[in-house]
Amino acid sequence: MVAVASSGTAVVTLPSDTQILITREFDAPRHLVYRTYTTPELIKRWWTGDRGKMTIAEVDLRPGGSWRYAMIANAGFEVAFHGQYREVVPDERIVSTEVYEGAPDAEAVSTVTFSEKDGRTTVSILVQHTTKEHRDAHINSGMEAGLQEAMDHLEQVAISLA
Amino acid sequence: MARAATTTDAFNAVAEPRRRQIIDALAAGERSVNELVATLGLPQPLVSKHLRVLREVALVAVRDDGRQRMYRLNGNALRPIYDWVREYERLWAQRFEQMDVVLAELKEAERRTATIEGTEHGDGGSGK
Repeated sequence: MVAVASSGTAVVTLPSDTQILITREFDAPRHLVYRTYTTPELIKRWWTGDRGKMTIAEVDLRPGGSWRYAMIANAGFEVAFHGQYREVVPDERIVSTEVYEGAPDAEAVSTVTFSEKDGRTTVSILVQHTTKEHRDAHINSGMEAGLQEAMDHLEQVAISLA
Repeated sequence: MARAATTTDAFNAVAEPRRRQIIDALAAGERSVNELVATLGLPQPLVSKHLRVLREVALVAVRDDGRQRMYRLNGNALRPIYDWVREYERLWAQRFEQMDVVLAELKEAERRTATIEGTEHGDGGSGK
């Protein structure tokens, strides 16, 4: 059993009405973080968190290449995302489009950067939506992949957006 | 269904960028309307209008201090928004914890490989 050095929790902020920024530092050099982030059999080990089982991790990692992730959530339904890579700089930066298949009109552009300092790597994921409604729906999708306890919050948001 | 009035809840109250500026300014501490007007560079009637909306959803509280009305932030009213984002944040926290496990294995594998290569190099007659 390998000891796991946790580097803290995810930090999610909303820098503007149309953006989501997710950051986290890892206790590992960036070529390993990049590998974990982009290799299908490794993606399958982390992308669902503990909310389900990943069924598809397709990664054609080159500009113009497609990607698709799908999982079966613990509640039994499928959640899937897909998109296209726009820019791929190994170990540094990936820019891709991203569509939650539950809301196919809401295409976002996500920019993932990997920066290393003293053997530790900070990953930052900036998700840029075209509208606030799409951005909010994206945040809601995080709940749909998950928990009943979140449903009352979802309802509040739905009421406020109606 | 008609759009809910802006005063319905905290979500709508903070949807307006200037109201978020006011919240940011009040996060630094209690302020009078005049101080907010000076900080934000907005006309006083506009600031008062936004403060009224924020008061109606209890995002800010007010008290009289002599001739001035002092406004302060009520953090509890922001809680529904925090909870909403926090659920999404939790998903990412779970993902990153799983990444920690994968990364620990990859680091260990690299370390072993480096040790073996180092040994082979030594055996190959480097003089050690």
